[in-house]
Amino acid sequence: MLSNVSFINKAFFQLASLVLAFGWCACAKKQTNVERGIQNGELYIGIGAEPAALDPHLTTGLTEYSVMLALLEGLTTLHPKTMAVEPGVAQSWVISEDRKRYTFHFDPEARWSNGDRVTPEDFIFSFKRILSPALGAPYAYMLYPMRGAEAFHRSQSIDFGSVGVSAPDAHTLVIELESPTPYFLNMLSHNTWWPVHPPTILEHGAITDRISKWTKPGKFIGNGPFILERWRLNNGISVVRNPHYRKHSKVGLNGIHFLPIAVQSEERAFRAGHLHLTSSVPIHRIDWYRKNHPERLRFDTALGVYYYMLNTKSGPLADTRVRQALAYSINREDLTKHILRAGQKPAYHFTPPNTGGYQARARLPYDPQLARKRLAEAGFPDGKEFPKLQLLFNTSESHRTLAVAIQQIWKRELGIDIELHNQEWKAYLATRQSGNFDILRAAWYGDYDDPNTFLSLGESRNGNNHTNWHDPHYDALIKKAAKETDPVARMELFQEAEAILIEALPVIPIYFYVTSRLIHPAVKGWYPSLLDNHPYQAIQLKK
Amino acid sequence: MLTHIIKRFLQAIPTLWIIVTATFVLLRLAPGGPFDTEKPVSPEIKLQIEAHYGLNEGLHVQYLRFLGNLLKGDLGPSYQYAGWDVQEIIAQAFPVSLELGLWALLVALLIGIPLGVFAALRHNKPSESALMAIATAGICLPSFVLGPMLLLAFAISLDWFNPLGWNYASDRVLPALTLGLMYGAYIARLARGGMLDVLQNEFIRTARAKGLSLSAVVGRHALRSALQPVVAYLGPATAGLISGSFVVETLFFIPGLGPFFVNAALNRDYTMVMGTVLFYAILIITFNLIVDLVQMWMQPRTRNE
Amino acid sequence: MNKEKREQKSNDCAGKSLSRATWQRLVRHRMARIGGFLFLLVAIACLLGPFLTGQDFAAQDLAGGAQAPSWDHWLGTDELGRDLLERILIGGRISIGVGFAATCVALLIGVTYGALAGYCGMRTDALMMRFVDVLYALPFTMLVVVLTVTFDQKSIFLIFLAIGAVEWLTMARIVRGQTKGLRRSSFVEAALASGASHWRILRHHILPNLLGPVIVYGTLTVPAVILLESILSFLGLGVQPPQSSWGTLINEGADKLDIYPWLLIGPAVFFSVTIFAFNFLGDGLRDALDPRETER
Repeated sequence: MLSNVSFINKAFFQLASLVLAFGWCACAKKQTNVERGIQNGELYIGIGAEPAALDPHLTTGLTEYSVMLALLEGLTTLHPKTMAVEPGVAQSWVISEDRKRYTFHFDPEARWSNGDRVTPEDFIFSFKRILSPALGAPYAYMLYPMRGAEAFHRSQSIDFGSVGVSAPDAHTLVIELESPTPYFLNMLSHNTWWPVHPPTILEHGAITDRISKWTKPGKFIGNGPFILERWRLNNGISVVRNPHYRKHSKVGLNGIHFLPIAVQSEERAFRAGHLHLTSSVPIHRIDWYRKNHPERLRFDTALGVYYYMLNTKSGPLADTRVRQALAYSINREDLTKHILRAGQKPAYHFTPPNTGGYQARARLPYDPQLARKRLAEAGFPDGKEFPKLQLLFNTSESHRTLAVAIQQIWKRELGIDIELHNQEWKAYLATRQSGNFDILRAAWYGDYDDPNTFLSLGESRNGNNHTNWHDPHYDALIKKAAKETDPVARMELFQEAEAILIEALPVIPIYFYVTSRLIHPAVKGWYPSLLDNHPYQAIQLKK
Repeated sequence: MLTHIIKRFLQAIPTLWIIVTATFVLLRLAPGGPFDTEKPVSPEIKLQIEAHYGLNEGLHVQYLRFLGNLLKGDLGPSYQYAGWDVQEIIAQAFPVSLELGLWALLVALLIGIPLGVFAALRHNKPSESALMAIATAGICLPSFVLGPMLLLAFAISLDWFNPLGWNYASDRVLPALTLGLMYGAYIARLARGGMLDVLQNEFIRTARAKGLSLSAVVGRHALRSALQPVVAYLGPATAGLISGSFVVETLFFIPGLGPFFVNAALNRDYTMVMGTVLFYAILIITFNLIVDLVQMWMQPRTRNE
Repeated sequence: MNKEKREQKSNDCAGKSLSRATWQRLVRHRMARIGGFLFLLVAIACLLGPFLTGQDFAAQDLAGGAQAPSWDHWLGTDELGRDLLERILIGGRISIGVGFAATCVALLIGVTYGALAGYCGMRTDALMMRFVDVLYALPFTMLVVVLTVTFDQKSIFLIFLAIGAVEWLTMARIVRGQTKGLRRSSFVEAALASGASHWRILRHHILPNLLGPVIVYGTLTVPAVILLESILSFLGLGVQPPQSSWGTLINEGADKLDIYPWLLIGPAVFFSVTIFAFNFLGDGLRDALDPRETER
């Protein structure tokens, strides 16, 4: 007995001393990432999730964009603060009379990270790559303003020579457009228009190879301000200063560490000094920061709308009055103030305010009285005999909280019962695609800063319009706007379309997104950005 | 003994084949595919993407090609992470999970077995109740509760440890405790139960009656059969521990294999799901084999035949 | 012969003792009494409590969200201003129900399967155990996702199916290991020699000796099942909002531990008390079923 006890005691003693020893070395450590980063000029930034790829022609997400922005550069760049178009690889450009021909003059200093000059041919190679149908680039349509690009991409022509891009000499690139495109120079800063290094691509496979390892550290050749140094899945991506970058003396950082830390842990990491910047803020932490460190909270308006999609095919939702009743009864101020808490704006129309300078005039009312009246007109006074509809959302705590709140609002204001249902992401996407839903939570982030990216969703031929709602007049307006060259008249067409949408309500807008982040005071040069675009050249770390 | 092991290895082949086939079927039954996104691409582009991965062919062709590649030892590229092979990902992440799992196993055994044995020896005494209350408390603390609690106490308030990362020796402490404590509690309860059963057995009573001290009886006779249920439990538990934990590795930002199991399934990353399932199946089969061998050794009656 | 007789007798006695003697021993067992009392308390609270608190579990008060416990809301409110106590009590119905029923299912399958495999041995055993290996290795997430699209998503039966599919495996392995040992024991061989049927041997000699580990592992299965349920709701199976369960409440509360501690403490206390009660009951039952246990 005794020997047994002493053995156990001994084991416990050893374990305890082990723990103490660990505790001791834990105390002996301690230079946080934040301190080390400020000392060495290295930024530690949380990106929330692991990027799916670092190939500019294959990615679609903002996470990927935020990493690639450090590694690659297009013909134009955007000013970090004003988001005005600035020279990139092209140091100047000339636009023809008819605004359909752009001639770009290359910066002789523009280099790849191995010292090669960035040539117009590199861009032609890149455009050919992304437009080759065999690559299956999901965002290839971003290049459609270029003459012949769509036909080539849709295999209607197999000769890339028919695409409107050419290099008259070693320093000049000419791009011809289908029609004048006002936001074309803006678009060029999108990753789909970025170049890739042709020899690197071809060294690791064919031009249209998707399954290629060229984006690995040591292989990646870029032309951005930084070079890829380290990439380990679920552990982090590190980049270091690129000495061949055309303006490398202007770059304020020596390196960046992108850490894909999950949202809840991210905030903890920030508090413990492991991150200069996070990708989000947990809702329940917002008030705490407001009170204790308001200077570390950052809420930037984002170009996105959160909405409920209604299936108008049959049943009560086919009736406009029912849809209006549902939309009018929601007190959005209450939701944004008490549930979302990060300064999101309640959405009374679909296009986020100030999208490409556009402010929607149409507004749907918050009027429970009117909502009840509409519901009664539709044949459901006080919600009597209203069938049990289902509200589907993808699994997430914030979607659920909002859905539960709205479920309760509809019950209270209209007397109708809605059933909630959640599905994991891919199942949710499949259900949405199949149209087998009543009400469905959805969101839309603008691809570019123009109302068209939002309002074209209501077009009957749009692949993302799963509402079964279509209105020929609406379609005609959007088509007309695409061809309209006068900016003022064009915005008026959008106003008209938006008014139709807000009257018919195949979608119920709930709120406009805000990007919330935690930021360390030492980070300078991180400006609010509608498209969440933060060029790293401008960022510095100062005590 | 050796023939038994060889036999089991031969059995493993059809077992693995069934697992792989069933997983293949499950994957194709699940709604949504690897290349479905919020902003869906046009059907033509989707076909092109799928052609890269051979998803455009008939299911039976895909299945046969998959088996063929498997025999060549090729698990294919991940669908979710462009530029990464499944083997590469597993080879990179598994050592981390293995280390974490072994630390956690150490914690679990060091806590569980002494606690359980000691409690059984003090059967019906107040100290037993106290020890078992500790063990039960451990069961009530799943890792997603224990983790944030430990973090709050030791990383944030006391500032003894980093709240996340896997860089220093000290970074092992909190994750190993978070992962290991609950297993320790399970082991404690199983060990106590087994010990009680054995202690009441004839041969122990006889041994005691012959005047052997309790510690001698426990050490020489009882422990071996008392730990039977613990050993049976440890097989799958070890496989689970060393293949990584989604909760712990996400919470502490550890680059292990755990998150890949869940994320691969959620992303419908077919090849990655296959790779992780196959890997886990091999672990399970191996550890269950080890358990059976240990059990044979522990049970003198089975050993004889 | 004498020894076997005695074994036989004690085991017969074990078979019979499932009735009155066991019950008496159980009732006399101090920890079992405490456990039973606690369990009844929680169960009654969950069944009747929601009617007594005078709160509606779905009623919201957005402006009064996430309040600390007060006289109006004994355990505080969640972020939508819903009374937490009410939600815990309602959720308890699901959690205790699922915990209890799914554990029973897992025990039933696991014990039968494990005992058969261990008893038959040889080829049958190998075949049955390889099947267990297969089920161990199947990706649980995929399985659940496929279940959700194949069947009606809200059927409670599906929850049992999904949970049952995983939770019986370790039980079966434990039971099988024990059975294998018992199968070779002298008293089973003697019983076989005296012409007893396999069924009789399983019932009278093997099962009673399995009860110890079965009960212990059974009580360990209950918390595992209750927590597993929250993963199922995440994947869209089973409990859907505004309905809640302890698993989901604890899951949500754990994240907000340092800001709204009551969101974790409330459900965690209810959960822990129930688990403690089950374990005390299990220990008591184990002692009571053991005919060799000295009476106290």
